[in-house]
Amino acid sequence: MPNSVLPSTSQAVSLWRRLTDWGATGFAILAAILVLAPLLAIFVYLVIKGVGSVNWAFLTQTPKPPGETGGGMANGIVGTGLILAVASLIGVPLGIGSGIYLAEYGRNRFGDVIRFTADVLNGVPSIVVGITVYSLIVIRQKHFSAFSGGVALGIMMIPTVARATEEMLLMVPNVIREAAYGLGIPRWRTTLSITLRTASAGVITGCMLAFARVAGETAPLLFTAFGNQFWNLKLNQPTAALSLQVYTYAISPYDDWHKQAWAGSLILILLIVGAVAAVRITTSRGMMKGS
Amino acid sequence: MGVGIEVRGLNAWYGKNQSLNSIDMSVPANHVTAVIGPSGCGKSTFVRCLNRMHETIPDARAEGSVKVGEMDVYGSGSDPVDVRRRIGMVFQKPNPFPTMSIFDNVAAGLKLNGFRNRKQLNELVERSLKLAALWDEVKDNLHKKSGASLSGGQQQRLCIARALAVEPEVLLMDEPASALDPISTSKIEELIFQLKQHYTVVIVTHNMQQAARVAELTGFFLMGSLIEYDKTEKIFTTPADKRTEDYVTGRFG
Repeated sequence: MPNSVLPSTSQAVSLWRRLTDWGATGFAILAAILVLAPLLAIFVYLVIKGVGSVNWAFLTQTPKPPGETGGGMANGIVGTGLILAVASLIGVPLGIGSGIYLAEYGRNRFGDVIRFTADVLNGVPSIVVGITVYSLIVIRQKHFSAFSGGVALGIMMIPTVARATEEMLLMVPNVIREAAYGLGIPRWRTTLSITLRTASAGVITGCMLAFARVAGETAPLLFTAFGNQFWNLKLNQPTAALSLQVYTYAISPYDDWHKQAWAGSLILILLIVGAVAAVRITTSRGMMKGS
Repeated sequence: MGVGIEVRGLNAWYGKNQSLNSIDMSVPANHVTAVIGPSGCGKSTFVRCLNRMHETIPDARAEGSVKVGEMDVYGSGSDPVDVRRRIGMVFQKPNPFPTMSIFDNVAAGLKLNGFRNRKQLNELVERSLKLAALWDEVKDNLHKKSGASLSGGQQQRLCIARALAVEPEVLLMDEPASALDPISTSKIEELIFQLKQHYTVVIVTHNMQQAARVAELTGFFLMGSLIEYDKTEKIFTTPADKRTEDYVTGRFG
């Protein structure tokens, strides 16, 4: 095209193009590797340091008294599960509920206030959440408990879940809502069965992010769940948690406990990955994917 | 069977902007009526007022009288959800529910309104897909494929089937073929012609040939007013109003 304003695709231009193309692609690949590297490094390091101490006793026994070797973190594994169950029961429904309000009804002053509050809550240091729950629940009940630990983590989950839910619902095109209204489906039904369902993949991702983030939290559990050397399955009793036990063992003077702390960290990571993967697999089944 | 629509003194606003000025229009039962006019003339707003979809937009409101059969759409005891169950709507862009199968898309209006009879549900879905001339193309993948995996033309017929499944009396179509290729368009037009046996159809279109092909009656809208409303043939050959003539002969719009 002789009259084109664009430069002609001569040999020189196409070489320059290929070079910039390689450059840009190479940069993108390098950036991706740099993002993955720390995660991989942490995981490899954990496996190297921890895998030697992960054995049947570690997974099934409670801790031995200080100075003795052996024992395990079975009560911590169960305790973490218990606390996270309470946290999810609080954080997920409240978070999704407020996310729905913000996206579908909250285009007003009150919605802005909630949005701002959620963002601030997201930035509140976890130890502050712990102290607050300590003074609101632990002091009144006069004892530490798994329940109060779950409440502290649940509160931390709410803003993440709420904002993720809001963002995902807002991404659902308005024509989808209109289609439902046009069929004579009431607004609340449309929100729950059409809009939320359309956004569910993203909402679940948000929930899993919040879950994974609080699963390893230690500070809010220090004066709520408190930790426990023995078995406990009661919500109103002090409970061991993997993160607490890792912390206690890591600052101890005993070599055997240091090894167990590494093993505990490894198990904690594996539990989080396992839980996230399990939720992904079960929720993706029976869900149609748009093309 | 379809029912007629009587519109008297219909006004509509978006915030402070009035977009419809006291429209009077009688749409006969079991006919196809086309609404034409240039962009922004109020034709979409008009059909969206017929099933109270207009008011779902923030700050939008409508006043006047719309009677669909015996139902007073803007009467004091009227529930917009009820109105929309009896007046189906098909939109400009195909909008199937993306996470649902083909079957669930068609069944959505029934299921989400509490319809539980499995056998009847299967029958209604089949009947609707047949009416929408989509059954043969999808019958083997009803539960396997999602609505979003179909082609654009198939998606629009799926949306028509979805609207028909709740057994409305009136079907409103807001430029139903404007996002489709010529072959899909002709399929939809054929379908509209079939549908008038069972339904009253009101179709918005900015394609005048389309109005001429499918509609028995045509209304011409300009700047929020109904300028002329008559038999389609009359509108396109011997319109009474100069503005209608200018529009249909392509002098503006």
